[in-house]
Order: sequence, then C-alpha cells, then structure tokens
Amino acid sequence: MNDQRETEPDTAVVVCPDGPLLVRGDFEIVSTTGEKLPRDRQTVALCRCGASAIKPYCDGSHKMIGFRTEFPE
Amino acid sequence: MQFPSPRGPLSTSLIHILGHPAGQVDDAVAQFGTYVSEGIPGAGKITYDDDIQLTLFCLYELHYGGFDDADERWEWNPGLLAARQEIEAAFEAELRAAVELPALDAKTSDDVAKVLFDLTGQDSGPSMSRFVAKEATLEQLREFLIHKSIYQLKEADPHTWAIPRLKGRAKAAMVEIQADEYGGGREHRMHSTLFAQTMRGLGLDDSFGSYIDAMPALTLAGTNMMSLFGLNRRLRGAIVGHLAAYEMTSSQPNRLYGNGFRRHGFNKDVTWYFDEHVEADAVHEQIAGRDLAGGLFEAEPGLLEDIYFGACAALTVDSWTTERTMTAWQSGETSLVAPTPLMV
Repeated sequence: MNDQRETEPDTAVVVCPDGPLLVRGDFEIVSTTGEKLPRDRQTVALCRCGASAIKPYCDGSHKMIGFRTEFPE
Repeated sequence: MQFPSPRGPLSTSLIHILGHPAGQVDDAVAQFGTYVSEGIPGAGKITYDDDIQLTLFCLYELHYGGFDDADERWEWNPGLLAARQEIEAAFEAELRAAVELPALDAKTSDDVAKVLFDLTGQDSGPSMSRFVAKEATLEQLREFLIHKSIYQLKEADPHTWAIPRLKGRAKAAMVEIQADEYGGGREHRMHSTLFAQTMRGLGLDDSFGSYIDAMPALTLAGTNMMSLFGLNRRLRGAIVGHLAAYEMTSSQPNRLYGNGFRRHGFNKDVTWYFDEHVEADAVHEQIAGRDLAGGLFEAEPGLLEDIYFGACAALTVDSWTTERTMTAWQSGETSLVAPTPLMV
C-alpha cells in the first residue's frame, strides 16, 4: 500500500490518440505571469490540435479537422 | 411528478393501480398483467407506441423520483415488475433488431475507443444542432427543451445505476464522469440544475415531468431505453456504450445549440447549460471511450457486443427523434403531441 502511494504520481497527463491531453490530479493552469486561468472541473482536456474555440481547453474540434497524432498505418 | 394523462388501456390500468395503496388492488394488477401480455404490439412498433412507452416510463419512474400520489411500495411489486419485464423484453428485441453492430475484433481498450469514436463520427441524417443554430424559431427552441427535459432534468441518473455493477478502471471512470455531471459537489453546477435554469429562461416550467403529456412516444422511448440499460445489471455493457455515445456526440452540437439561443438574444444564464457541455463532454468522451467502455471491455471481454449495442441504440433512437422533429418543423407543425404548453 505504502509503496504504491510513493510511486503513484500526484498528477498524470494522458496522451489521447488523435485527441487532447487529459490532465488529472493535483495541478494548476496558469498564464505566463502565473495568474490562475478559469477552471471549472477537476480533470481537464487541453487542446492539442489548435482548433478549439475554448483554448486552452478541448472542445472536440480535433474530430472535425481530422487531427491525427500518428502516421496512418 | 404528477400522474400523466393515460394514452390507452395499459397506461389507464397502471395509473389507476398506482393511485391505490400497494397490495390493495391485486385483481387490478393481475388484469394489468393480462393487458400487457395481450397489448404488446408487433415487432417494429413498440418504440412508436404511445401507450406502451408511457406505461414503461411510469413503471421506471417508480425507481427514480416517483409520483406525488403513488404509494412508494409499488416500486418492488412483483406483478408490476413482471409486466415491466415483458415490455422490456419486446423493447430490447426491437432495439437489437434496429442496429447494425461494428466488427467485434477489438483487442485493447484503445481499439474499443477508436471504434466508438468512428461510429459516433458518422453522419446520421439531418442535423438538429445546425438547424437550432441557424433557423429554429423561439417556439421551436421551447419544443427542443421540452423534448430534452424528460432526461435532462434528471441528467446522469440512468447511468448512475451502473456504478455498483462496475469494477476497477471502468468504475473509477464512471464515477469521475458522473461526479462532473452532478456538479463536482456544487449543486448550482449540476447539469440538471443548469438545464432547469435554461428552461426558466425561456418561460418554461422546470418541474420534472410537467410536459409529459406533450411528449411523443419516441421521446419517451429515448429515456426508457436508458432506464432499461441502467436498471438491468445484465445490460451494464449497453449503458456504458450508451453513455460513451452520448458523450462523443455532445461537444460540438452543444456549441451550436448555444449559438441558437444566443441568436435569439438569450444571455449566459440560459446558454450556460450548453456552454458547460462543450467543455465537459470533450473531457468525458475521452474518459468514456478509453477508461469506461475500454476498461469494461478489458475486464469483461464478453460485454463488447453490448457495449456497441448500447452505443448504436443511442445513436439510432437519437436519429429517429431528430428526423421526427425536423419533419414536423419543416411542415410548419409542432413536434409535440399536445397543444403547445403554456408558459409559466
């Protein structure tokens, strides 16, 4: 039990294929000058495709623009 | 909620029964069982049958908020449960016959997520969201909210039934999504609270079930399908697939819905519900696809077919509902079955 507590990271970034970065855990989202940005939920999805209308958050736009994070097979 | 107006022999019989104390009208319960056995219409017709769908809705509602004037002990009455199972069996068979499932060849949780994202990315006919964004009249916006209200005023509840039936990764994912649906501990951010605020903004009554008499069978079928999947443990795969499909078809449509209400001059209090879903469901769809549906597949590979069934059924019933509403609107008619309800 203790071992797992020590090895589990407090925060994890889940790299979603063809999609956003899912950030879960204990973290803050801040501007370049350190001010906290509005955040309404514990786990967030950060835009990776550049097309979101609510950046830095994801709004699902990656699906509309065919964003791919891997080479096609 | 108040009892709805009956729509045929089954719902007349049931509402009569529910108005009495449980255990005092055994003959009527037996008669109701006979009506159900004899009254289930042929294949392909259950989803559109007003009397059947209203009856099923009332039987399910005993497990949710109940009825103001119904004895709460009816919830577990064996006669009513038996009748419900009979309707459920026919309804489930009809839904299964209506969908075409993708190949069951997934190997990993990411494979399952990919199949679900592909399924939900396919064009499924007319777009309600584009119409709402660009053309819907104020009266059509009200109708749109009325249809949605039978689920959205108890948003997330049918999927919550699944939590004790899941384990490990899938359970953690379901709880994470549902906690967000319920406002992360803040009542004013609960999605059902936000939806009620939107309804009030358009002058509509936000009490649950107040517009049930105006809803067509198909609208009731959509919410009954969720209760069918959520209340039956054996269908836990289907309720998980259903939620994944809902989350995956939410962010962009909700952006457009919000635009439709902004076009009519409504403020942020009214559009908050839609704006919230743009951001929330972009998070939820990733969790629902990979950890919830994918995680359930890894734990119980035999449920893959039902995961896809739940997703396909959600998309199919949704496309029928959209088609029905759009057809009415394009003919200049109401999509509701009772006269347009008065504003409060």
